[in-house]
Amino acid sequence: MTADSPNPAVEPDNVQAVVDSPADVDTGSSVGLDPTVDPDPGIDPSSSMWTSRLRRAWMSKLPPDELLPDRQPAYVASWIYVFGVLTLAAFLVILVTGLVLAFAGPAWYHTSSPGLFTNSLHFWSVQLFFVFMVVHLWGKFWMAAWRGRRAMTWITGVVAFLASIGTAFTGYLVQTNFDSQWISFEAKDGLNAVGIGAFFNVANLGQMLLLHACLLPLVVGVIAVWHVLLVRSRGVVPPIDTVDTEFSVTPADGASATEVRP
Amino acid sequence: MDPIYLAGVNDPATYINWGWLSISVPNLIVILIMIVLFALAILLPFPKGRDRS
Amino acid sequence: MTTRTADRAPAAKRADIASREWKGPWRRYDIVKEGVIALVVVSILTVLLAGLFSSPDEPPLTFQGWATSAPDNFYATAVQELAGTSTSAGYGPPYNTAADGISVGPLAPQQRFGVTHPVDAANDFVITPLRSQLQSADVTDALATWDSASSDQQTAWATDYDTALTDADGDATKVADGDYGPVPVLAQGLTDMASAGALDGILMSQGVFYQTDFTKQILFLGDGSYLDDAATAAHLQGNTWGMMNETGSYPGQAWLWLYSFWYQIPQFNSDNPDDYLTSHADAIIFYIMAVLSLVLLLLPFIPGLRSIPRWIPIHRLIWRDFYRTQPKS
Ligand code: HEM
Repeated sequence: MTADSPNPAVEPDNVQAVVDSPADVDTGSSVGLDPTVDPDPGIDPSSSMWTSRLRRAWMSKLPPDELLPDRQPAYVASWIYVFGVLTLAAFLVILVTGLVLAFAGPAWYHTSSPGLFTNSLHFWSVQLFFVFMVVHLWGKFWMAAWRGRRAMTWITGVVAFLASIGTAFTGYLVQTNFDSQWISFEAKDGLNAVGIGAFFNVANLGQMLLLHACLLPLVVGVIAVWHVLLVRSRGVVPPIDTVDTEFSVTPADGASATEVRP
Repeated sequence: MDPIYLAGVNDPATYINWGWLSISVPNLIVILIMIVLFALAILLPFPKGRDRS
Repeated sequence: MTTRTADRAPAAKRADIASREWKGPWRRYDIVKEGVIALVVVSILTVLLAGLFSSPDEPPLTFQGWATSAPDNFYATAVQELAGTSTSAGYGPPYNTAADGISVGPLAPQQRFGVTHPVDAANDFVITPLRSQLQSADVTDALATWDSASSDQQTAWATDYDTALTDADGDATKVADGDYGPVPVLAQGLTDMASAGALDGILMSQGVFYQTDFTKQILFLGDGSYLDDAATAAHLQGNTWGMMNETGSYPGQAWLWLYSFWYQIPQFNSDNPDDYLTSHADAIIFYIMAVLSLVLLLLPFIPGLRSIPRWIPIHRLIWRDFYRTQPKS
């Protein structure tokens, strides 16, 4: 391989050689001559660059082995821990089936059997989603899982729950069937009575459709991701009434130990 | 066009009443499923992973 | 007992264990595998449920269906729209100024935000639709008479006829003689239009090309008994916990159980519509639920409530292996 080869770039094996060739890359000749050019700046652990700061903040809050750990504290040994993941899985199924419905438009499933089946998948994944979420919520309540700087995990969970209810509600309104007619007729009074109806009109199909298929799933998704990242960065909450001594962590004698505050 | 319906799934549900309180059987089933799942999740033994100190 | 027992450890340190890095034993746990299995299980469950049970889809009601299956009720509702005695004509904000809306104590948001989705029942539901179509000579004459009358005269005709029709139990053939102006002909014209199916389309377009707002249709449909009867037949009424019910034998929005629960309590659901709690139920129940949601949101900070998991030790079951295998200090 030489610098005067007619078209060296077409041979991937030779890329390195091309870069090394002084005729093609002028930085090669300036190494060591221009003091402002550092051939390999490497990673400066204390750099004040914004990029470096962001990376350091990320790494200290959520290093890869906390984001994707292959171990958990020994007390993480109950089926109740599976329900957060089940909720997440059901949410994904909702998103995928919802995308298909959104693509085809709201009238599709009234008139075609693949449409009706897709709608059924969407309907039942929502039922599963709420079943799993409620069991998850009960579990986290009885574990007082907000302890130890985990209040935000609880709060994002509750917001995800409330936002999911809003998403499901708008979903029932965009079915464009008798159920939607009745729900919008009934629900308008409650919303009007507290002033929400002035801005959020349950009889406005266009508004409900956009909220349901676009904005609200985005809100639930972003909050759910935030929620799960918080869990990963804080680690799973240890059992109630556990104390640590110098060498080990042990259950304490009864009520004398940890409070259940965040 | 109809999938494999279980009989009568499009007829109005049965309702259970206690005084002024009433609930449809399908909703009651969903609530019972949640309670049963919660109980099972807490009572069933979780598979043992390899412990590591 | 060693020298450093739990009892003698400083309280602050004990309280803080949950916020420090775990120093006890660990176990292998494959969260990615767990997630993939969960996704497969949930997908299979969803397909099974969908295949076995399908999903509810009762066709929407139409004005044509209403006017053909309950023509008298449709006719009477059309008269009420002209007279301003229908529910939507007298609703108040956000549709019109006919009433103040619900206020609880100093909270009057319904009035505060005003009319944001204007609905003029007589014109939007009756007069404009009639005028959007070529009509028979008697309806055309009736429209002309209506237009040339003062609004007081219009209201007088329509309310007199509304009263007379109610007195005749809704039977237009038995209404006592009186000066009802063009009202009977207008109501009949609209009923004919609706039974032919024309009203559905005309209400839909409302004089514009693109339309995604069904406020007027929903309000008009709800003014008669047709929608209400259909909902009663499907057990969707509030007093049967309707908000969380679904058509057919399907589960509904069970997660709304607490919201709909309040509507079942007799005080919020009394036979006397003037009872304070019943007439203000929509607002009061919303405020109750808003407060309860806030309590759930802030539960970790509420003394007492947050200690319930300590007092009822279900956590001893959840973490039973840990409590058993770790020696007590
Ligand atoms: C969109 C809905 C939700 C999703 C996708 C979700 C997902 C998850 C996941 C994957 C975990 C970790 C695994 C586990 O412990 O189960 C978790 C933990 C947690 N969730 Fe949720 N969750 C949701 C809603 C909720 C709700 C409604 C609450 C309570 C009000 C809640 C409270 C918590 C708490 C406190 C933890 C931390 C547990 C700990 O540190 O041990 N989550 N969530």
